[in-house]
Amino acid sequence: MPDGSAPVLDVRDLKTVFRTRAGDIHAVNAVSFDLRPGELLGVVGESGSGKSVTMMSLIGLLPTPPADVCDGTAMLAGQDLLRMGPEALRAVRGRDIGFVFQDPMTSLNPVFTVGFQIMEPLRRHMGMDKAQARRRAAELLALVGIPDPERRLKDFPHQFSGGMRQRVMIAIALACDPKVLIADEPTTALDVTIQAQILELVKELRARLGMAIIWITHDLGVIAGIADRVMVMYGGQVVEHGRVRDVFADPAHPYTRALLQTVPKLREPREAQLRVIEGQPPLLGAHPAACPFRARCGQAFDRCARENPARRPVGAQGHDVACHWDHRSGAPA
Amino acid sequence: MLNYTLRRLAFAVPTVLVISLIVFLMLDMAPGDPTASLPLTIPPEVREQMRLALGLGDPVLVRYVKWLHMMVVVEPSHMIANATGWNIGVEGPRILSWQTRSPVGDIIVQRMPQTLWVVGLGYLFGILIAVPIGVISAYRQYSWFDQAGTFVSMVGFSVPTFFTGVVFILIFSVWLGWFPSMYDTTHQVRDWDSFVFQVRQIAMPVAVLALFNASQISRFMRASMLDNLNQDYVRTARAKGLREKTVVLVHVLRNSMIPVVTVIAIGIPTVFTGAIITEQIFRVNGLGDALIRAIYVSDWPMVQTITFIFAILIVLFNLIADVLYGILDPRIRYD
Ligand SMILES: Nc1ncnc2c1ncn2[C@@H]1O[C@H](COP(=O)(O)OP(=O)(O)OP(=O)(O)O)[C@@H](O)[C@H]1O
Ligand SMILES: [Mg+2]
Repeated sequence: MPDGSAPVLDVRDLKTVFRTRAGDIHAVNAVSFDLRPGELLGVVGESGSGKSVTMMSLIGLLPTPPADVCDGTAMLAGQDLLRMGPEALRAVRGRDIGFVFQDPMTSLNPVFTVGFQIMEPLRRHMGMDKAQARRRAAELLALVGIPDPERRLKDFPHQFSGGMRQRVMIAIALACDPKVLIADEPTTALDVTIQAQILELVKELRARLGMAIIWITHDLGVIAGIADRVMVMYGGQVVEHGRVRDVFADPAHPYTRALLQTVPKLREPREAQLRVIEGQPPLLGAHPAACPFRARCGQAFDRCARENPARRPVGAQGHDVACHWDHRSGAPA
Repeated sequence: MLNYTLRRLAFAVPTVLVISLIVFLMLDMAPGDPTASLPLTIPPEVREQMRLALGLGDPVLVRYVKWLHMMVVVEPSHMIANATGWNIGVEGPRILSWQTRSPVGDIIVQRMPQTLWVVGLGYLFGILIAVPIGVISAYRQYSWFDQAGTFVSMVGFSVPTFFTGVVFILIFSVWLGWFPSMYDTTHQVRDWDSFVFQVRQIAMPVAVLALFNASQISRFMRASMLDNLNQDYVRTARAKGLREKTVVLVHVLRNSMIPVVTVIAIGIPTVFTGAIITEQIFRVNGLGDALIRAIYVSDWPMVQTITFIFAILIVLFNLIADVLYGILDPRIRYD
């Protein structure tokens, strides 16, 4: 996959805290990752691990207050997104970075036609007039595989099925030819066959348009199917990261290993029970001075409670893990 | 939509008929007699003749049918004739007020403009104040603006208009002397000065009504905006890079207006009845005032007619509200 070229998006030490009345919630802690042109980065992690907050921090979509994106840099085409004024950031949203959200049933405005909603970013960012925007909107609908696009532009969201609406969301996100598409669990709310169709669509669009994609999901099968690299998040941190085949073949973090074991295997005899990861996700109230996973980790030892592990390289190039335990030797690293 | 509207109109007819029957019967059974307020020295047989002359000799259903005929055929045709000079040729006795012996319809036509001006302006200003306040309050939830707005609307909503009316008179007429405390209906607007006088005399009743209506509507507006501000489509709109003004005033406001417009439409007839008190305080001799006076002297034809008109308005504006809902919300299908 495209390697070596300069990243389109380079995030370093991102930190987001929710300042609530009940105290601070450290939702994202020192998250770093990069994204190269044309690459698809998968992001996995259980609910509440900070996947959405990480991505929304980048483009200023979190409500402030309570959110406070207090540290880090996020370089996009030589500009730091986290230091931009709101007006400049608005120009980036929808033009350089497209966003697709989880629930297509509620993500479109019910009282405006689909055409209007696709045309909005075109008119805002590309300076198109109505006729141009309409023509482009019809092209976009055709691009995402909606038949009879001219006519469907006049329809309202409720006249589309869930899968069709997600296609419309993708059309909106791609309207201005963004460099980066961020898809936050875009298929979670859809049934399995529709999920597969959307995945196929994104694969095809990536091949055709060449944008870089960040794909957030709970589904490791999806990651295996489409991602180039994967980033595993836990408790607001990146615990493991690497090329998909390296991470799947040789998971280094106890959490990743557990996660891979929870996937039921079709080819092997059925186990009596589905595998689960015991325990509760961590509370993000305290500043993380210890490994967030230690309470649920079979390998935890005293150092895990004293020191939050930094990411260190393991095995193949580009594969790293944040863990004090060395999975190869089975001893402290 | 047209189909639906016609169907609803057709259903409204029996509803209105039933209401008219109930209104008629209830007043007919109510204690109180048109001759009760006459001197006691009038002998019983004369009294009886007066009752017969008022048409009270017939059985109640016959009187109802006669009244209904006058109400829906004779009076409207007179109204049309008066307004356009176009005579439909429907003749026959009209509904007469027992108190004044003049046709009820004429009295209502005389009284209507004052009520429409005062009540209508009160409602209109109420809406014009309420919508921006509701929008800003919701957008800046818990800000000092929101706190102040919520407090004022709570006060405006819970203090009855007869109290605010009296307070206004006390402050602005008695102490400051800015506005007259009584509404002079005979005043004619002819030039600039008389126009200014008209504005001054209508200002206080309109302000009282506007305050009351605004506090009600702004609460709806605020709640509806808050509902919508948290919706996913707002995040989508922001993710598209739209200006905050567009996000709030196009995406959120358009959705928030749907329930508010319905509430406003349904509220229009109740405003007429609500204005009864305000009309009393400021001596506006409008419809509400006519109704109150008619009740005092048991002038049942007058009361029946005005009540019936209010009932029609309520049914009509409910229908309008439903139709508006269908127009504003594309998800509603009425077929
Ligand atoms: N507005 C907010 N106020 C306070 N805390 C918040 C807010 N939004 C998110 N959080 C916290 O941030 C943490 C990370 O949430 P996030 O939505 O990023 O999780 P996620 O990994 O996307 O989970 P999911 O898979 O369920 O989407 C959670 O613990 C959540 O409680
Ligand atoms: Mg999420």
